[in-house]
Amino acid sequence: MRPFRYERPATAARAVAAAGGEAHFLAGGTTMVDLMKLDVMRPERLLDITQLEDGRYDFIDWDGKSLRIGALTAMATLADDDEVRRRVPMLSDALWLAASPQIRKAARIGGNVLQRTRCAYFRDTSYAQCNKREPGSGCAALDGGVTRGHAVLGTSSACIATYPGDFAQSLIALDAVVEILGKDGPRAVRFAELHRQPHSRPDIETTLEEGDLIVAFSIPDADFPRSRYLKVRDRESYAYALASTAGALRMDGDVVADIRIALGGVATVPWRAREAEEMLKGSSISEDGLERAAEAAFAGASTTEDNAYKVDLGKRTMVRTFLELARMEG
Amino acid sequence: MSETPDRMDFVSRRGLMKGGVAGAAILPASARAQTASSSEDADGTVPLQRMNVTLDVNGQARQLTIDTRSTLLDVLRHDLDLTGSKKGCDHGQCGACTVHIDGERRLSCLTLAAQAEGHEIVTIEGLGSENALHPMQQAFVDNDAFQCGYCTPGQIMSAVACIREGHAGSDAEIREYMSGNLCRCAAYPNIVAAVKQAKSGMEG
Repeated sequence: MRPFRYERPATAARAVAAAGGEAHFLAGGTTMVDLMKLDVMRPERLLDITQLEDGRYDFIDWDGKSLRIGALTAMATLADDDEVRRRVPMLSDALWLAASPQIRKAARIGGNVLQRTRCAYFRDTSYAQCNKREPGSGCAALDGGVTRGHAVLGTSSACIATYPGDFAQSLIALDAVVEILGKDGPRAVRFAELHRQPHSRPDIETTLEEGDLIVAFSIPDADFPRSRYLKVRDRESYAYALASTAGALRMDGDVVADIRIALGGVATVPWRAREAEEMLKGSSISEDGLERAAEAAFAGASTTEDNAYKVDLGKRTMVRTFLELARMEG
Repeated sequence: MSETPDRMDFVSRRGLMKGGVAGAAILPASARAQTASSSEDADGTVPLQRMNVTLDVNGQARQLTIDTRSTLLDVLRHDLDLTGSKKGCDHGQCGACTVHIDGERRLSCLTLAAQAEGHEIVTIEGLGSENALHPMQQAFVDNDAFQCGYCTPGQIMSAVACIREGHAGSDAEIREYMSGNLCRCAAYPNIVAAVKQAKSGMEG
């Protein structure tokens, strides 16, 4: 690991003022310290934000049907919150099905949504080719690599690395808003606009600007008791998704009044399947209808020999999620 | 608290040697070379940074001078000679380094020692004593919940927290909430049995 300066800014405003360039924020450290050991991330200064203003950014607040969560809330705290579990189970599911208990105690939800890909060629600096690490160097995954875990949606000829997170799929499905403190003051952006598809510059992963600190997530309409996060992986626990679905449903009698579909493990960014939602809205839930919608969700898939299975797996995961939601009370 | 930890210009010879040994064990050659030439800041890279910290470990305040890069695991093992916490993968994947920070289970290999300042750290050495084992330690012995024993300190620290969190309600829940601790000898069934035995001991 390369030497770095360690600082503990006392306030968010001071943290933002100090950030930028090779000065990065440090919260739980579960991505940062890992990738610093691998020499993938090389910060010159780490700004420890875990002690900002006595826990001011560690909160879970309901106001009517709206939910606001501080960015320094630990994954475990939100996963175990009884009211969240009851009113919007997909948020809790996406967290407790992720990582390990120890990691969930350390990692904060602000950093969680910014976690870096698990692509082996990104993590292993002995591969010279990685457009995400070294723009313009090529892609070892596309150039004969093992791509079983790689993305099929939102890919480009420069990068097919999968977005690894689970929680982000629930946030994008719930139309969450990201509250940011930046060098020019506070602002809010739609969660759906936070991540950026790779295109020709996979090293630029978000629309955040230099110094931007995520301070909270807000979900204006968060009451979705009939929601879940279904995660399919190589082993039963403590593994990244091969395919997952964050699904939420509101019924008006037999008719779908509102439906939210986000897909994980299959895309380069948190992925909302809006075409599929439109096809299902206003009709009743049937297996045939779900299969047609899933077909549309994966219509733009681009596969390799290794990861072609993800198209079928992704569709089946989506269909099963909503067949199970349709059987739930709600 | 000052915003920038003091940069230490003077380091005791013993501390420097210990730090050097600890560092050498974990650094790739490229990083070592950089460290060795880091007294100058000419090429824009950051020179070696040391800072003073006071860590609360097993109820004792320990004052140390550390390299900012030090993980809590390396400080525990190399500076404080608390070698019960084990280094398995060093990347947060195996759980052998699990300790308690403010009563919660955390991975000491992914925790910078600097970040642990101001928090209560408990390691396997602080959980029980040879003459008065913690109920979880006794349960691991009673249920033969290990073979080689390398993962055991991490398993025990994690298991104690698992019960405190209320995540030991069934065999399935214990398996799910112990999934961050790998056991290559696959003593898993006996570990589940030990957690169940200790649960009644800890709650009773």
